[in-house]
Amino acid sequence: MIMSRVAALLTAAVFALPAWAIDIEEVTSPGGIQAWLVQDDSIPFVAVEIWFRGGTSVDPEGKRGAVNLMVGLLEEGSGDLDAHGFATATEELAASFGFSAYRDSVVISAQMLTENRDAAVDLLRAAIIAPRFDADALERVRAQVLAGIEGDAQDPDEIAGATFNAMAFGGHPYATAGEGTTESVSALTQDDMFAAHQASFALDRVSVAAAGDITADELGALVDHLLADLPVVGATLPGPAPYLLEGGTTVVEFPTPQSIALFGHQGIERDDPDFFAAFVLNQILGGSGFRSRLMQAVRVDRGLTYGIYSYLALSDYAPMMMGQFSSSNDLVAEAVDLTRAQWADVAENGVTDAELAAAIRYMTGAYPLRFDGNDTIANIMAAMQSDQMPASYIEERNSYIEAVTQDDIRRVATRLLQPDRLNFVVVGQPQGLMTGN
Amino acid sequence: MLRQVIFSFVVFCLPVAGFAAGEVTEFRLDNGMDVVVIEDHRSPAVVHMVWYRVGAADEQPGQSGIAHFLEHLMFKGTDDLADGEFSDIVEANGGSDNAFTSWDYTGYFQRVASDRLGLMMEMEADRMRDLIITEDQVRTERSVILEERAQRLDSSPGGLFSEQMRAALFLNHPYNTSIIGWRHEMESLSLEDALAFYELYYAPNNAVLIVAGDVEPNDVRALAEQHYGPLAPSEGISLRERPAEPPHTTNRRIIFEDERVANPYVSRLLLAPVREPGDQAEAAAVTLLANILGGSDFTAVLSRQLQVEEGRSLFAGVYYNGTSYDPDTFTLVNVPVPGVTLEEAEADLDRVISEFLETGIDPEQFARVQFQLSAQQIYAQDDVQGLARDYGAALTSGLSVADVQAWPDILASTTIEDVMNVARRILAETPSVTGYLTRPAEESQEVIQ
Repeated sequence: MIMSRVAALLTAAVFALPAWAIDIEEVTSPGGIQAWLVQDDSIPFVAVEIWFRGGTSVDPEGKRGAVNLMVGLLEEGSGDLDAHGFATATEELAASFGFSAYRDSVVISAQMLTENRDAAVDLLRAAIIAPRFDADALERVRAQVLAGIEGDAQDPDEIAGATFNAMAFGGHPYATAGEGTTESVSALTQDDMFAAHQASFALDRVSVAAAGDITADELGALVDHLLADLPVVGATLPGPAPYLLEGGTTVVEFPTPQSIALFGHQGIERDDPDFFAAFVLNQILGGSGFRSRLMQAVRVDRGLTYGIYSYLALSDYAPMMMGQFSSSNDLVAEAVDLTRAQWADVAENGVTDAELAAAIRYMTGAYPLRFDGNDTIANIMAAMQSDQMPASYIEERNSYIEAVTQDDIRRVATRLLQPDRLNFVVVGQPQGLMTGN
Repeated sequence: MLRQVIFSFVVFCLPVAGFAAGEVTEFRLDNGMDVVVIEDHRSPAVVHMVWYRVGAADEQPGQSGIAHFLEHLMFKGTDDLADGEFSDIVEANGGSDNAFTSWDYTGYFQRVASDRLGLMMEMEADRMRDLIITEDQVRTERSVILEERAQRLDSSPGGLFSEQMRAALFLNHPYNTSIIGWRHEMESLSLEDALAFYELYYAPNNAVLIVAGDVEPNDVRALAEQHYGPLAPSEGISLRERPAEPPHTTNRRIIFEDERVANPYVSRLLLAPVREPGDQAEAAAVTLLANILGGSDFTAVLSRQLQVEEGRSLFAGVYYNGTSYDPDTFTLVNVPVPGVTLEEAEADLDRVISEFLETGIDPEQFARVQFQLSAQQIYAQDDVQGLARDYGAALTSGLSVADVQAWPDILASTTIEDVMNVARRILAETPSVTGYLTRPAEESQEVIQ
């Protein structure tokens, strides 16, 4: 009974998506700064997202961890407020500010109530433009970062990532953790914080997006007030990372009942003509949900893991295709074999017509559902600008997915998936696995 | 100067939540199924959730983990759908689906374009009564949940420590057992166990339907009557009465050693009141207390003194969630900086708490916390799925829609005196379990007795 209705809905799915559009206004502030805006006054607050390209990868030689520590200090005192004063003022406004350092960017996220937005923007401005890096705050946050580094050294996930990156990326910043090492972070000074601040925040690398209860004119004034006093040019960005890793397995001994397996090889650039074919291919091989090849083979059919995924990691300087799962020490070798087998099978034989059609239906249907709140919309718009994508991409994106054919998939599967170059880093006490090629 | 101006503004202008997004409608089907509709017309999506008023705390002794195991098995077939087809159809419609289990509830949800709501209801109603599972599926999926336990708990010293702390705190109530279950009991969970649990508890009169997003309440009612309306209620569902805690009469201690511990810490767990139907004042006072003590890295009592002023802690905070069917945990945590022992960290916690009980609450801090809690109503409207989860958790914990809607006002009308009364009772008079999570003795500086 249910089946016939389901079948009917399946065929209709691609064409029956609800009428949908995101109305992005491209705003240029009086001071000449670009910002994207989705205006919606149904809830009296605005979400603002500010991305600076560069991130922890602009750390100078010997100063690893400087950008990360600097970003951790932005809410620890600025202008005429110390850490406590800044926190108190933020709480009095019920504003929320987030400051995060990633390897390609520093991201500032703000949520501000309409009723006290001007005062909240003043506070945020002070944090971005005039952080104090007071000695006591520096020591406090340094201690937190050092504790985090120590925690990472005992965390199998972090050990796996650090091991993979160290082997893969040679002398590039990607080879080491953006948090730095105990030695490098211990040696950082207040001067290093001011230098990292100058290096990171500049107008030649900023992307701004806002969603919620604000007009274009108000946003223009807000953006100028927040950012116009920043330097025009920041630190030189690093070039492409080398990729030095051959295929094989690397075992890192760690006392835990369940091993972590992180695996991957080189990926594909977002502006590559075959990017969308690779995107769809990954969805079929190891994308989200329960129906991927890897999830079926390793979890559903054999029960060897709670979850297994692959993904296209679009870092600015080393596009990768990666994957990850955890399996008990006595099961992980079998799970690794099954993963390699799926990789090889798809590389050689491609995917079925049904798999391709289902992936396209899922990806095109799911895309509009992402734009479901001021926070997420602002985040997506800032990320798109940071990647130099046009606003029109949102409307066009599904047509690129729908255009992917079996020929595209076969071509990109042969080119992208390299079972022999797949390297597994396994952290734990895996039975039947040893380091080797 | 700036602070003064802003502060007076705060006092006189508590934000008022509008209902441009987040308007709530409730009704009940003839077979006893409760329905809550939360409107948000900003994007053409809908979240469809069915929550069952059953969770890990309702399991039979010896069957820990069966509620969560059944949640996994619900993605296998029915009389109308093959194994895995439920998720396949959701994904083929551009949706995502998943499920979650807690001590008090088990929930299933899909997020889809709003014109797919009827299909989701059709499939969810189908698996409420017509699940079919096989021995093979049970065997494989049992391996998956054991891997899930290994990932969430066995690989994490902090996870194992928390499990031991709960087991020590609750002397009699099933909140003493992890939701995922004890490994030795999970290993023997059977198809018959799962089906017995399913047949008793998965029925419209034990379920709450929550639909949130771009929908009209009347349309939801028509679809719900069409798909869920024909389902027969379960006859065997009795009042949820779990074994109650006896009075806690003594303080207890746990020392948990694990060589993987990077940053040792001390944790204190005690039993606290939760939101009760028609009576949420006490839980509101505890919620404010948790925020006053640990709600902010810089201005809360514990973190301000131990992290900022004295530099003796990496982190000091509080965990409390007042939405629970029976009285639940209130947790204090102190992670000392290197060089400060866990005994000293425990003494620091005691010292700051006892000073707090003497000096009381700074009225300015109290006003800020109340303002932030009320502003949360505005920000919460941006996340309709989060609102849906709030209602689902409340309704399966014994509360009503009216209780959920009264909660912000109850928080706003709670006074400093209310909070100090509850603080004295919880922090000075309630016996607790104090635990140390640390590396084995040969690696730590001192042996802990």
